[in-house]
Amino acid sequence: MKKFSISSLLSQLLLLFFVIIWIIPTFGLFISSLRDKDLLAISGWWTSLTTTEVNEIYRMSGMESQIEEDGYFKIKGKLFEDNSGKKIESFGITSKKINEFNIGDVAVFKDESEVLLDEDGNYEWRSKTEFKKKKGKRLFTTSLSPPAFTFENYREVLFKEGIGRAFVNTMAVALPSTLIPLIICSFFAYSLTWMKFYGRDTLLAIIIASLVVPLQMSLIPILTIYNDFGALFGVAAKSYPGVWMAHTGFGLASTTFLLRNFLKSLPNEMMEAAKVDGASHYDIFLRIIIPLSIPAFASIFILQFLWCWNDLLVGLVFLDQVPSEIILTAKLKELLGSRGENWEILTTGAFVSMTVPLFIFFALQRYFIRGLVAGSVKG
Amino acid sequence: MTILNLVFIVFLGILFFIAYFHISNYILDTYGNKTLKRYNFENSIRVIVFITPAFIVLFIFILYPVFETIRLSFYDKFGREFVGLYNYKWAINDPEFRRSILNNLVWLLVVPTLSTFFGLVIANLADRIWWGSIAKSIIFMPMAISFVGAGVIWKFIYEYRGPENTQIGLLNAIIVSLGYEPQAWLTIPMWNNFFLMAIMIWIQTGLALVIFSAALRSIPKEMLEAARIDGASELKIFFSIIIPYLEQTILVIWTLITIIVLRIFDIIFAMTNGEWQTGVLANLMYDWMFRGGGDSGRGSVLAIVIMIGVIPILAWNLYKHRQEQKI
Repeated sequence: MKKFSISSLLSQLLLLFFVIIWIIPTFGLFISSLRDKDLLAISGWWTSLTTTEVNEIYRMSGMESQIEEDGYFKIKGKLFEDNSGKKIESFGITSKKINEFNIGDVAVFKDESEVLLDEDGNYEWRSKTEFKKKKGKRLFTTSLSPPAFTFENYREVLFKEGIGRAFVNTMAVALPSTLIPLIICSFFAYSLTWMKFYGRDTLLAIIIASLVVPLQMSLIPILTIYNDFGALFGVAAKSYPGVWMAHTGFGLASTTFLLRNFLKSLPNEMMEAAKVDGASHYDIFLRIIIPLSIPAFASIFILQFLWCWNDLLVGLVFLDQVPSEIILTAKLKELLGSRGENWEILTTGAFVSMTVPLFIFFALQRYFIRGLVAGSVKG
Repeated sequence: MTILNLVFIVFLGILFFIAYFHISNYILDTYGNKTLKRYNFENSIRVIVFITPAFIVLFIFILYPVFETIRLSFYDKFGREFVGLYNYKWAINDPEFRRSILNNLVWLLVVPTLSTFFGLVIANLADRIWWGSIAKSIIFMPMAISFVGAGVIWKFIYEYRGPENTQIGLLNAIIVSLGYEPQAWLTIPMWNNFFLMAIMIWIQTGLALVIFSAALRSIPKEMLEAARIDGASELKIFFSIIIPYLEQTILVIWTLITIIVLRIFDIIFAMTNGEWQTGVLANLMYDWMFRGGGDSGRGSVLAIVIMIGVIPILAWNLYKHRQEQKI
């Protein structure tokens, strides 16, 4: 008995280890997307619950704001907005010694002007002689920032970086690219299963062969067809309908195959009885097949939808990379190149692109898994 | 194009296909029996109505392109002049091509094997633990997100800052805290391939996991009970009962992931764009589709090389299908 419980404990620990490894990357991304962008750039997301030491450079105001008081010329001001909760620890007046003074110390510049700073960033810069420069002097601060979480990154990414529009575009690509194959393949699968015609077995064999043909085999010829078509009719070669049909083409074999496997499992007697009652194939399809196939449709819908939502290559080749057509994955790739250092934009953008798949995943996991298992055990 | 226009054409596009099937079948149902009289004739028109859209799509997007790509591989960059085996000779002598095919082979060796292995181990662990289904959900989750999204997630893990800065990438932070120098992981030739493969394994393990979980349930409980009563350790059961029992499933998953890995493109495109010697065939092909105005001959050769990789699987599937038809 004791041996069993040790081995059980070991398996639990091992599984926990795998779970932690698997969740950490996504978790880190999620946390980072909610962090203040200045903190995100200088500290790891795992420190997001602790205060962070921040080094910054500020410039004080110039001569316009000086006042005369107690025999001094004074410039008063605030280095940063006080809503951040940031507390200055130490400061300096040259870039060589940024920690030279503590709060409460009086720092003296070369021109004998003095500066006083409190931890909230309020400063008083005074001098016996009048200030003559338009620009104020620089202060180097070292402060402690409390944890800061914000939705600001999401607002920025959705409306300023064009991710919001890319989200709409992706939806406009993925929905028809899922529904069109579902419509035409359900009729196709029905005829492959329940109608007798010459060449049916050959067609089925072609479908099975097409299942594994890499889409790279199709890219160049289809691009040529689209270009010729566009030139011939004077329309854009790259367009939404073009992408829908490309996705339909690439998803056709697997959709048909999965649906046929499902339809084959339905009892033959039901169709025969309906036929005897004078129902046409279309009647049978609408009244019997569709209601019975809802779970299968759901699984296939999810698989194909996720495939189209997550696709990069098809959207890259068959759509223009302009704001009105670019899809999320292509936009993310573009941001990786142009905003590679702006992690607040990348993490947030990536998380926005994951919202729909994650929603489907958590809400409809059962259908998703069922589709995958059905597709794999056969194929 | 405004969003409103977009919504409109989306509806129009979907409606078009529904209308096609509904109207053509309605006409057949209403007038077919009267004018065509014979049921068989009506039936064959119905078959044509049902099959045509799918067949046209299949022909334009799969069948014709396969033959066209083969033809183009023997033609010049514009697809106009016949050049014989020139493009193939170019490929064999091109260092980029050799590098890509080598990388592809390593990917094919490492990713399906490790994903299948992890999937099997985790499925087996999770099957016996009360919180196993939650664990499975978590490990399966990367399957739902895009390769590019996963790329961003992992690029953040591999992020490199100079040694004088605070590391914000998890991997470098760990390395630094252990007292080593931070590394720009994605730029170290040869090893960077493995850092990219880790992403794919992270994703595909979930696929293997769910399929194995389904398959594990088919193992007779009595057999496992009997083994336990006889005092077999869990490890012994794993190797002597579970693995032999799931042999078929292991093979299926392994081929499935192999097919996915063969055409891997997004991860490398997003992470390194094939630089620092990480290129694979699909990336090189994409490159040649547009490099210097595009070279359809070289691009086609690369597509064919990828295709050659799946031909054994294709043949095996067809063989299995024939066997099933006979029964």
